Amino acid sequence: MNEWLYVGLFFIVGLIIPVGAIGVGWLLGPKKPNPIKQSTYECGIEPVGEGWVQFKAQYYIFALVFLVFDVETVFLFPWAVRLGQLGMFAVVEGIIFILILVAGLVYTWRKGMLEWA
Amino acid sequence: MNFWNDPLKVAAEWLTGVFTGWGMNTVAANVLVAFLGVLMLITILMVIDIFLVWIERKVVARFQDRIGPNRLGPFGLIQPFADIIKLMIKEDTTPAGADKVVYNIAPMLSMMSVLILWAVVPLAPVMLGVDLNAGVLFIIAAGSIGTLSIIMAGWSSNNKFSVIGAFRQVAVMVSFEIPMLAVLLIPTIFSGSMGMNAIIQSQDIWFIFLSPLAALIFLIAAIAELGRAPFDLAEGESELVSGYNIEYSGMKFGMFYAGELLHAFTFGGFWAIMFFGGYRFFGLEKVSPFLAIAIILFKALLGYWVIMWVKYTVMRIRIDQMLAFNWKFLTPVAFVLVMVTALMNALLRGADSWLYITGMILSNVIVAWVSLEFVRSAAKTEREKVEGPKQVVEAHH
Amino acid sequence: MEKEFNYMTGTQIIFLIVGAVTLIAALMVVTVRNLVHAALWLVATLFGVAIVYTLLNAGFLAVVQVVVYIGAIAILFIFAVMLTRRQAADTGAALNSNWWAGALMAVLTFAGLAYLLQTWSGFSKQSAAIPSGFDAIGQLGTALTSPQGYVLPFEVASVLLLAALVGAVYLAFNKK
Repeated sequence: MNEWLYVGLFFIVGLIIPVGAIGVGWLLGPKKPNPIKQSTYECGIEPVGEGWVQFKAQYYIFALVFLVFDVETVFLFPWAVRLGQLGMFAVVEGIIFILILVAGLVYTWRKGMLEWA
Repeated sequence: MNFWNDPLKVAAEWLTGVFTGWGMNTVAANVLVAFLGVLMLITILMVIDIFLVWIERKVVARFQDRIGPNRLGPFGLIQPFADIIKLMIKEDTTPAGADKVVYNIAPMLSMMSVLILWAVVPLAPVMLGVDLNAGVLFIIAAGSIGTLSIIMAGWSSNNKFSVIGAFRQVAVMVSFEIPMLAVLLIPTIFSGSMGMNAIIQSQDIWFIFLSPLAALIFLIAAIAELGRAPFDLAEGESELVSGYNIEYSGMKFGMFYAGELLHAFTFGGFWAIMFFGGYRFFGLEKVSPFLAIAIILFKALLGYWVIMWVKYTVMRIRIDQMLAFNWKFLTPVAFVLVMVTALMNALLRGADSWLYITGMILSNVIVAWVSLEFVRSAAKTEREKVEGPKQVVEAHH
Repeated sequence: MEKEFNYMTGTQIIFLIVGAVTLIAALMVVTVRNLVHAALWLVATLFGVAIVYTLLNAGFLAVVQVVVYIGAIAILFIFAVMLTRRQAADTGAALNSNWWAGALMAVLTFAGLAYLLQTWSGFSKQSAAIPSGFDAIGQLGTALTSPQGYVLPFEVASVLLLAALVGAVYLAFNKK
């Protein structure tokens, strides 16, 4: 617990500093808003439509693939920590674990989901 | 216990004594001293950050055959302070239709996600920061908060460009997190720990000599994580103007900007810790903790310089190229490298250290060569698909 | 002894604050109208859970919580929200006619769990102190890979992840 208290302090101080900097900027800067100034920036021309565009569903696919690999690699960290003490059995096990996931990547690739089309 | 051997501890004990002398309870005094220590470290970091602005501008100028800031003070050293004053007295505009709360929280989170990284950085053998046993994963966790801040900034600004930029940036960051996680397994395998200090302590031979490919992949993934060229498609001046931070002005923009520079410097530091022995340099770190701090800061600056070198040399790539590069090349290579390293580590465990090093380097070279061959053949097929089969050039013209 | 006592109450105070904030954030997730705001409140909830893990001395789990839930799942949620809806806010009624049944079920489940915990003998016990130098991650690594431990679940986890990936790809592929 004790060490996490220090990490918590880093979070707190890490928030105080930017809050302070932005606060000082807010105090020192002028505050004269007008509708033109507050309109969203679009290269100097009048904004067209609303501030929203349709996204490719592809982003979602990549996020899904990322999620699976993220969870996998997190599982591998405890394995890597003890690899030095464990025998060949554990090494082979980890390799099988990775290979199964790489098979998933190959499947995704073959299905054409990794193409930006 | 001498101040020059362990300055932090001596200062902390003295301060705790002062506070308890004022009738403060021991636990509260300890927490207050820790708070002041963290505040001091982060303040020093912000001062370093100010000079990073100067370094970045000077270095980019040299790369582009210019002189850079040279008017204010010697070598333009006062320039960054002028920049900050300007950022502070600028009007802080909020676009109409912006989601005010999210819009204001985003730059703070962005800066915080960088500053908390320093919680796990060991500066010297006696100044370990917080020696978390999950230190390596902590880097990724802090990066997650950074990713979140970018999507918050992009979404809340109510601007097309900022949303597009945020989406791209998040796609880059999450994609390259996978090879980064994978290569972070390699120092973990070598040192048998995820703690930063344990990784440094086991680098009697720098890990770059055991796994140069892993160091390279880490650097590439770090550059992508930072959103710097060639992976700065989220900013893309020519099409998105500035990307996710387009609507920010004044100090809020300053937070994104300073955060990016400090982030680059920090990743230079992590590169040094993972692969270049951190604060160690032929036993010099044992002479004085101040020397150790100087060593790690110098190594972090070198890493930062390499990141700048790449930034100002390489062109921006398209998002499809970026994703293809990551998922079809970097991720498979990283995972193959992890498997090969684990296997070689088990096979060569009892062997002499020179045999161990040679085996590791050889396996790295082989993995790199085979993967480059794959790329070459894939590029050939691709080129033939686009251009048709290669024409034989006629000899007579 | 004095110091020990103070330290314990300090942890308890932090736990109470974090727990309350987490609960409020969780309530906001289901009551807020704007979907992106709901996703951000979800992030706050998950982060609160991570802090609770650190209070339980489960640092590795806390970091994993942030990496997986905030870094991946929350991002996935936000992507999904931004992809599906033009107007990221729901205008329909927040409650339907069965809200009381849902509330009743939630209260009953909570009461049941609380009752079960009350009857469990370990509930009022102090946890044993963790010996210094205890390598929790190493222990986890050994447990995950030793034949006497959890080898099979470890490998099955990778098959499960593979199944999830294949399922996701299949669904996305068919929509095209």
